[in-house]
Amino acid sequence: MAQINPKLGDVAANMALYEAGVRDAASQDVDLAVFPELSLTGYFLRDMVPDVAVRLASPEMERLKALSREVSLVAGLVLESEDHRFYNAAVYFEGGEVRHIHRKVYLPTYGMFDEQRYFARGGRLRAFDTRHGRLVLLICEDLWHPSTVYLAALDGALTILCPSSSPLRGVTDGAEQDDNARYWELITRSYAETFGMFVVHSNRVGFEDGVGFWGGSGILDPFGHTVCKAGYYDEAFVAGEVSHEVARRKRTRAPLMRDEDVDLTIRELERIRRE
Amino acid sequence: MIPTNVSLMRRILVAFIRNEVRKVGLERVVVGLSGGVDSSLSAMLAAEALGPDQVLGIMMPYRTSSAESLEHARLVVEKSGIRSATVEITAQIDAYFEVFPDADPKRRGNKMARERMTILYDHSARWDALVAGTSNKTELLLGYGTLHGDMASALNPLGDLYKTQVWALGEAVGVPEVVIDKKPSADLWEGQTDEAELGFSYREVDELLYLMVDQRYSRAELIAAGFTADFVDDIARRIMTSQFKRRLPVIAKVSHRTIDRDFRYSRDWGR
Repeated sequence: MAQINPKLGDVAANMALYEAGVRDAASQDVDLAVFPELSLTGYFLRDMVPDVAVRLASPEMERLKALSREVSLVAGLVLESEDHRFYNAAVYFEGGEVRHIHRKVYLPTYGMFDEQRYFARGGRLRAFDTRHGRLVLLICEDLWHPSTVYLAALDGALTILCPSSSPLRGVTDGAEQDDNARYWELITRSYAETFGMFVVHSNRVGFEDGVGFWGGSGILDPFGHTVCKAGYYDEAFVAGEVSHEVARRKRTRAPLMRDEDVDLTIRELERIRRE
Repeated sequence: MIPTNVSLMRRILVAFIRNEVRKVGLERVVVGLSGGVDSSLSAMLAAEALGPDQVLGIMMPYRTSSAESLEHARLVVEKSGIRSATVEITAQIDAYFEVFPDADPKRRGNKMARERMTILYDHSARWDALVAGTSNKTELLLGYGTLHGDMASALNPLGDLYKTQVWALGEAVGVPEVVIDKKPSADLWEGQTDEAELGFSYREVDELLYLMVDQRYSRAELIAAGFTADFVDDIARRIMTSQFKRRLPVIAKVSHRTIDRDFRYSRDWGR
């Protein structure tokens, strides 16, 4: 996880951070580098969205493909479609190619967030196969909807990659971190243990217009144990092992996904929709 | 109860100052030191974030300012090790009001606050620094400050902290005890105190504001929580009528893209 502090609206400067992150990864024999949500562009883009957007044929995509020859990577960027919709996207690059694109489905538009004003909503959620097993990409708020994790688990993903730009907010007495960090740590651990999956969370740091991002990136294993964890608020590069043996042990002990009754879920969902 | 998690607030605010100052390519801030807890805390947080050498505290007394204020500001300079300067504002204020001798204390106070603002901004240009603000959330919500005066700054570490939280954090970062313990005052005329002028105590209003603004309690819920209807209504009205102080000037819409309406960019654009 490259816990970086991107410059708002400066793709060239942020590309340099990506290059440095991939170099760090390569030098530590890391196979996959996950960069935070919108870390190629910065988060509170507002009217800058069309100015920083890339298309599949953009030179930035070629640069990222080239970087992925060395190390697989997840980039967080604004992706423009042929019909000029702008998506908050996470792109998985491997072996010099785009392997998978996830367009953020749940765009928070409440409180301090305004994403649906600027972005088009993604309409697909798919697990995908890589050198590192079957993965799913969920961007920030996507993970706050348990349905996304449920679908990913049923779709065979063993690892969730979650790039985020999660702002710190809410101070509580007796807590070491802000309320938002506390909640994230609660749900990532619950998902990991409930669904028997690895959760790889890559969150950014830095400030935009006074809003801080809390960092604290890390990996949780299917038992809910911390594999690795970055510090809060400061830039960091942390790596840990995603081991299929650990997932196998957990799923042997508690084969919940094996026993999951998909047909029951579908029947009841259809009934709920009908009613 | 308003949370006063001082270690977390301190960490956030120090990181905020460091990030927001450095990203515009600067290393320094200037702060107007009044001898009160807000400006003392702002200066000490800046010293922690950037190093005391990178912080300039400016004392700007008027001839009627209390000697105690200046003394307390000096105490903060000594304790924090920041740089300091004193710029008197008596000559220019008196010259102006010679022309308008009938001006009331409020006009005089606002004029002084705006004079101090121009000095801070001039020194920020002279010294390649940003002006660090000192307005807390209580003052900002009540509109208890001078627009384009003490409310003006480039970055304000205290703007989301109630006065109750400023006191707690001030104590944690080592603001001198006399500064924390004394009655808050704008020191615009002799014997002035904020709480006498406002008609309620900060601790009292902070509890109300916290439930009203942060927790979004309804009027009925606030009264059920023990606040009188008059107090709740008075504070709600103060917040509403001072909204203009928290916004840019209103612009008449003519084009398709009007600044801050449909021309929307973050302040940290490109940074």
